[in-house]
Amino acid sequence: MLKVSNLVAGIEESTILNGIDLEVNAGEVHAIMGPNGSGKSTLASVIAGKEEYEVTSGKMELLGEDLEGLSPEERAHMGVFLSFQYPVEIPGVTVTNFMRTALNETRKARGLEEMPANEMLKLIREKAELLEIDRKFLSRSLNEGFSGGEKKRNEIFQMAMMEPKLAILDETDSGLDIDALRIVAEGVNKLRSKDNAIIVITHYQRLLDYIVPDYVHVLHQGKIVKSGTKELALELEDKGYDWLKQKTTV
Amino acid sequence: MAYTEEELKKELESKEYAYGFYTDIESETFPKGLNEDIVRAISKKKEEPEWMTEWRLEAFRNWQEMVEPEWPNVEYTKPDFQDISYYSAPNKKPKYDSLDEVDPELLETFKKLGISLEEQKRLAGVAVDIVMDSVSVATTFKKTLAEKGIIFCSISEAIQEHPELVRKYIGSVVPPKDNFYAALNSAVFSDGSFCYIPKGVRCPMELSTYFRINQAGTGQFERTLVVADEGSYVSYLEGCTAPSRDENQLHAAVVELIAMDEAEIKYSTVQNWFPGDKEGKGGVYNFVTKRGLCEKRAKISWTQVETGSAVTWKYPSCVLKGDYSIGEFYSIAVTNNHQQADTGTKMIHLGKNTRSTIISKGISAGHSQNSYRGLVQINSRAENARNFSQCDSLLMGNLCGAHTFPYIEAKNSSAQIEHEATTSKIGEDQIFYCNQRGIDTEKAIALIVNGFSKEVLNKLPMEFAVEAQKLLEISLEGSVG
Repeated sequence: MLKVSNLVAGIEESTILNGIDLEVNAGEVHAIMGPNGSGKSTLASVIAGKEEYEVTSGKMELLGEDLEGLSPEERAHMGVFLSFQYPVEIPGVTVTNFMRTALNETRKARGLEEMPANEMLKLIREKAELLEIDRKFLSRSLNEGFSGGEKKRNEIFQMAMMEPKLAILDETDSGLDIDALRIVAEGVNKLRSKDNAIIVITHYQRLLDYIVPDYVHVLHQGKIVKSGTKELALELEDKGYDWLKQKTTV
Repeated sequence: MAYTEEELKKELESKEYAYGFYTDIESETFPKGLNEDIVRAISKKKEEPEWMTEWRLEAFRNWQEMVEPEWPNVEYTKPDFQDISYYSAPNKKPKYDSLDEVDPELLETFKKLGISLEEQKRLAGVAVDIVMDSVSVATTFKKTLAEKGIIFCSISEAIQEHPELVRKYIGSVVPPKDNFYAALNSAVFSDGSFCYIPKGVRCPMELSTYFRINQAGTGQFERTLVVADEGSYVSYLEGCTAPSRDENQLHAAVVELIAMDEAEIKYSTVQNWFPGDKEGKGGVYNFVTKRGLCEKRAKISWTQVETGSAVTWKYPSCVLKGDYSIGEFYSIAVTNNHQQADTGTKMIHLGKNTRSTIISKGISAGHSQNSYRGLVQINSRAENARNFSQCDSLLMGNLCGAHTFPYIEAKNSSAQIEHEATTSKIGEDQIFYCNQRGIDTEKAIALIVNGFSKEVLNKLPMEFAVEAQKLLEISLEGSVG
C-alpha cells in the first residue's frame, strides 16, 4: 500500500525527517509513536502533500505510484486521507455540503459522474448511522463551535465517507476524554478492512487499547528508532521514551 | 499544485474581467460638458413637461454650489464633469413587439451576459425592463402587470404617462439637494425605471431591470422610483455589467423607494461593473444614493451583491418613519485587485417600535480596500426601537484592507442596539484541509466564500442567488469564467 524509503524532509532550512523507512500493507494498522517534536505530524503532512514541507530526498509510493510532485488533492483522489489533529472551521459550510463537494470532486477526478443527490443523502445517513452520529450534526457548519470530541468524530465520519485506501490519524486521541476516545476508536475499528491501511499517530499508548495495531514504530529525531508489535507500545508506557533516546545517542 | 498564500494571491490577481466586451451600436450622443442648456436639452429630448425641466434646473443650480464628498475611505481622481457627455441613446428608438425586430447585436450582447430575452421570457415570473445606455429598449410582461394595475415602465415614460405619480414622489425620499451626486443625477438623469404597485396588490413576479453602460465617455445617471401603495408587495431585482474600458466611467444613480402603510418592498441588486484591470486602471465609479421610506408597519429590505466597480460608495438606507416599520440591509461586497468600496447603510428610526437588521459581509483580496460604513440613528420619539448589526470581513492575502465604521446615535433610552463584528482570513490551513479532502484550491475558495456569504445569499430571490454565487466565484478566482 504505502512504501516510504529513506525519506528526508523539512520546513524551510530545518530538516525534520531524517531518513524514514516505512512499509504498510493493505489490511494493516501501524502505530507511530514518539515524543513531542519527533516528527510524527510532519510525516503525516508530508505524506498528504502539504506544500510548506520540502522533500529533499527519498521516495514515497502509494500502490506502486510515486507521490512526488502530486498535489494534496491528487493524493486525496488516489485514496490518501488525513484525519487532522486540529480540524479547521469553515463557517457557513455544512458538514453535508462539505462532504458532498469532497466526494463529488473526488469522483470527478476519478472519471466518475457526480453522485445523484438522493444517493448522496442516503450514503451520508448510512455512514452517520454506522458511527452513531446525530443527524442534526450534519447540518451544522463544519467544525464551527464543535467540541474536541465532535471534531474528531467528524474527521472519522469524513473518513467513512471518503473510503480511503490509506488513512492517517494524526493525534486523533488528543483532547478527548475517555468516553469520546472510545467512541472515536470504535468508529475507526468499524472502518478497518483488508483493503485499506491505517496509520495511527499518537503520543500515548491509551488509544492503542482501543485501536489495536499490528505494528508499532517509535519515531525519534526524525528517524524510526524501533519497530515492533503492539507489546512495544506497552513497554513504552512503562519505561517512557527516554531509554530509546539514550540508545540512539549512544 | 497545492498553494502557498503567494500563489493564491497571484491567482487572484490574474483574474480577468469575464464580461469585458463592447457592443457597437450607433448612438446619438450629446457633446461633452454640462450647463443649463444641456440640462434643458436632455429634458427636451425626453419630451418632458415644464415642471420636470424646472425641477432638473433647480437641481443643477444646487449642484453647482455643492462640493464632492471627501469623507469616504476611497482614493480616486475626481471626474471632470465638463468632460462627460450627459446623454446617449441607441440611435433608433425602437418600441418592439417581438424580439425579431430587436437589433441582433444587442441581443448578442445580452446573450453574452447570460440574460438573453428569450431566456428571460421563458423564465416564469420574471419581467425585464432593460436599460441599454439610457433608453429602455424592451419591456416584457407588461400586460400581465397591467391587469393587476401595476405600472412598470421607464421613468421617462412614467413622466409622460403618469405625471401625477412621478411629480408627487420623485425627490420625496432623496431630495435633489441631498448630496453632490444625487443633485447631479436629479439634473441630468437620462432614464431608469418606475414602478407603482396599487393598494393591496401583491406583485405576481419579480420585477427586474438590467442596466448597462455602453457608450465610451458617457456617464450613466439612472433614476429609479418604486412606489408600493398600502398593503402591497413587490420584489425588485437590479443587476448590471459593463464592458471593459480604459477611461473611468462615472455612474451616479438614485433609487427611491416608498413603502406606504403595511407595504413591503424587497430590492435586490447584483452589481458587476467593470472593476478596472489588475493594475487598477479604468473601471466604473459607482456613487449611488439609495433610500427607502417606510410608513406604518411597512418593510423595506435591501439586498446587494457588489462585486464590480473600481470605486464604490453606496449606502442603501431606510427611513423608518411609521410605527412598527422594519428596515433590513443584507450586503456582500467583494473587492479584488485595486478596487475600493465604501458601502453600508443608514437606518433612521423615527417611529415607535421600529426594527432594523444589518448583515454586512465584506470580502477583500489583492490590493483592495473594503469598508463598511453604517449609521444607526434612533430619534428621540422612537420608543422601543431595536437594531441588530453584524459586520464580517474576510481577507485574502496580506495586501488588502477591511475597515468598519459603525456610527450609532441613540436619542431614546429605550433603544436596543447590538453590533457584532468579526474579521477573518482565508488561511492556508483551510485551503489545505479542503485539498486533503480532494477539493482543489479554486473550488475551496468558492466554498469558503459562499459559506461566509450564506446569510446574505439566502436572502436573494432564487433567480438571482445562482447568478450571484457565480459572480462571487468569477470575482475571486483565477480561471473561472
